Amino acid sequence: MSAPAPRDAGTPRLVELDYGADRAGFRRAVRDAVASRLPPERMIWRMRAPGPASTLREGKTDLFDTPPLDEPPAQEAGEPPPLSLPRAVAGLVDPVLCHADPERFARLYALIWRVLHGERQLADNPADPLVHRLGLMAKAVRRDIHKMHAFVRFKALGTENGRERFVAWFEPDHFIVEAVAPFFRKRFPAMDWAILTPVGTVGWNGEHLAFGPPAGRPHLPEGDGFEEGWLAYYASAFNPARINPVMMRAEMPKKYWPNLPEARLIPALLEGAPARVADMLAREASAPRKRDPVRAVAAMAHQAPASLTELNALILATPAFVSGGTRAVLGEGPLGARLALVGEQPGDQEDVEGRPFVGPAGQLLMKAMAEAGLAREAVYLTNAVKHFKFVPRGKRRLHQKPTGGEVKHYRWWLQAELDFVQPRLVVALGGTAALALSGETLAVTHARGPRRLGTHDGLITFHPSYLLRLPDETARREAYATLVADLAAAKALAQAA
Amino acid sequence: MDDALKTKLGILADAAKYDASCASSGAGGRAAKKDGIGSTTGMGICHSYTPDGRCVSLLKILLTNYCLFDCAYCINRRSSNVQRARFSVDEVVAITLGFYKRNYIEGLFLSSGIIRSPDYTMEQMMLVARALRQDHGFAGYIHLKAIPEASPWLVEQAGLWADRLSVNVELASDISLKELAPEKHAPGIKATMGQLKERIVEAREEKRRFAPAGQSTQMIVGADATTDAAVLETSATLYGGYGLKRVYYSAFSPIPEASRVLPVKPAPLRRENRLYQADWLLRFYGFSVEEIAAGGEGGMLDLDIDPKLAWALKHRERFPVDVNSADRELLLRVPGLGARAVDKLLRARRQTRLTLDDIARLSTGVKRARPFLITADHHPLKLTDRSDLRERLAPPARQLELFA
Repeated sequence: MSAPAPRDAGTPRLVELDYGADRAGFRRAVRDAVASRLPPERMIWRMRAPGPASTLREGKTDLFDTPPLDEPPAQEAGEPPPLSLPRAVAGLVDPVLCHADPERFARLYALIWRVLHGERQLADNPADPLVHRLGLMAKAVRRDIHKMHAFVRFKALGTENGRERFVAWFEPDHFIVEAVAPFFRKRFPAMDWAILTPVGTVGWNGEHLAFGPPAGRPHLPEGDGFEEGWLAYYASAFNPARINPVMMRAEMPKKYWPNLPEARLIPALLEGAPARVADMLAREASAPRKRDPVRAVAAMAHQAPASLTELNALILATPAFVSGGTRAVLGEGPLGARLALVGEQPGDQEDVEGRPFVGPAGQLLMKAMAEAGLAREAVYLTNAVKHFKFVPRGKRRLHQKPTGGEVKHYRWWLQAELDFVQPRLVVALGGTAALALSGETLAVTHARGPRRLGTHDGLITFHPSYLLRLPDETARREAYATLVADLAAAKALAQAA
Repeated sequence: MDDALKTKLGILADAAKYDASCASSGAGGRAAKKDGIGSTTGMGICHSYTPDGRCVSLLKILLTNYCLFDCAYCINRRSSNVQRARFSVDEVVAITLGFYKRNYIEGLFLSSGIIRSPDYTMEQMMLVARALRQDHGFAGYIHLKAIPEASPWLVEQAGLWADRLSVNVELASDISLKELAPEKHAPGIKATMGQLKERIVEAREEKRRFAPAGQSTQMIVGADATTDAAVLETSATLYGGYGLKRVYYSAFSPIPEASRVLPVKPAPLRRENRLYQADWLLRFYGFSVEEIAAGGEGGMLDLDIDPKLAWALKHRERFPVDVNSADRELLLRVPGLGARAVDKLLRARRQTRLTLDDIARLSTGVKRARPFLITADHHPLKLTDRSDLRERLAPPARQLELFA
């Protein structure tokens, strides 16, 4: 097999890339070099100088007014095709291109060349010296990115067009300004901000990111009150009994200190620590100077609502655990009712009126109760879930069945409610009520009839809305008869108890 | 921020710093809406470090350090003479947002002394989280302390807004808790943890938001006579039975205004460090509490060497291990090899027979690992022949503790 000789055998190829992490330029150059069969030793890589420096004058930077960048041009005609490289290679190229080392291009090209010439799995061997070296470079870049996310400190510039404006000066080790920009855009979408560095600048104005050439150290505005507060916080968070400056410097190396306002406190905190600790140890364990708040301590145990009215006030004041629910629909009926009926949750009409069982299902239940000889006024009526869970669909609000977890959020209220009412028997209308009362998932078809439900004697029957959903008239009539019979049985049991 | 507020911040940050937890991890990736503020990255970010070597990730403060409880180990107990202060809900919200916008913090870790009643206190904390989320579109990290004495529905309300909830176990021994924290009740603490675990698991299955970063806890070490083995036994139960994300250990350290019932001598920080190492062995290295405890004496960990090395030195017959053939479980037991190094090693050995130089590129702990490994070009002496191995591997004695 004889490969055609390279076009320009022997002469080196000089590639000039843009300042920083020129991803597009590098990619183009690699495709071209591979297509021309240029081995690594014939490549010479260079980085161009940056453009004129960005400035920050009187708290203003043109970063906020720069128009968005044009989309990078699509592949031009006659360009060599994209290379297919294993994922592990791509995982190294992106971070390593950000590295400050001028050798980065040559090292990456050496890796790509070997991968394309018989060592397809090379990048998957972290023990290989070249892969190891590139891995260290990638790690250094990732750490630099992480530290920039952490250590950028914004200074407030005031408000412009109703948006708060902030600026920061930061000195990264590598060309990572483009790499960190998305993080700050996602985090601070509603404020204008600019980050100036010696390797490039980036700004956000709520619409788009703008990148600029390197900047010199700007004259930053004085810190506002929050910066002083931050220093006070930092000093207080330090525990002088546990000094460990080695650990601190490992995670926050000194090179970052000039741009961290809190770092100027470090020497004094360290110096003062031994004396503060000696003072703590020397001081005898102290006797309390204030009187023991006996009554307040005794009173704090009585926090549970003392009546159903108090409990209801609390339920009304608490936001819904489910999506939708505009207001809590409370239980109603006399304290001491022999029978309590528990449904699933208020529906559309219940939510509007603020009363349980007034919608279509409620009306059906009232009819069945009447046939079973039960008057609404004599029975305690409530729901497992106190809010109407729904999704809006146009003008309608579509009922959503509460999940098991949501039902359990409401269990404590239901328990407390029934503890006040003290019914002899609790009827669970449907599976949701049975779950709320017993804590177990029970299928109504199997578990129908009397059974112990948590701490109450109970009976499980259909929820009236189940009847409304039955398409078959005969089945509906049968289910209705069963519901009436179950209610009558519940009445008898409650009377006998 | 005016001077009065700054003074309050100083007092209430000072009062909160004895809680070791500061993690901002586990919330997954999330970003604010266009007019909101904040994001989470999943792994958390430490925004600064204080000279005690601990990270500052969250604004860790108390809502108030007034407290009706009288826990002997706590600087804020009602019988302490410490200076007191109280934030309003709005003040905490304003400081959190002000700090967050300047990129000082990842979010808020709010705890509180108990005032009026546990319910009242829990509600105030919950209101801070709710205001941040609902009124300000805050998508940063929120960690709330759950008060086990508060009503269940209030704790669960907090879970709707918080990323992480924590209930502190405080002491590994229930008897010690009764003695040192008379208002606290060990079964109640466990019940709240159990309740939270259920809600967290349900919400995850139902794809609802409820404390997505799970729950954590803290144990104080060295304030009573509990052994390391008993502490780790408690941790194992908490990880296994209650699905905790993290257990934090806090070596009891001198506090101003110390109580008279506490030991005078603080626990060595080294003990806390060894417990964290043991905790990792429990969670990521397949060790059991008995195995870890067997590395030390009388239920206490060896303070001079790490628990993995201590175990290896007492099980020399299991070594050396051949890096080119041993399975993952065995490699994880080699002192000096971390989980990440082991995974890299497993990838690399598919392509090549590993030498000592390869291991040096994959792990920074090769010096310690060397006597326990066989590589293509290295076979150590029989470990049982080396009576001085412990001395050779233990770090030289140094004055690391301030009060050792």
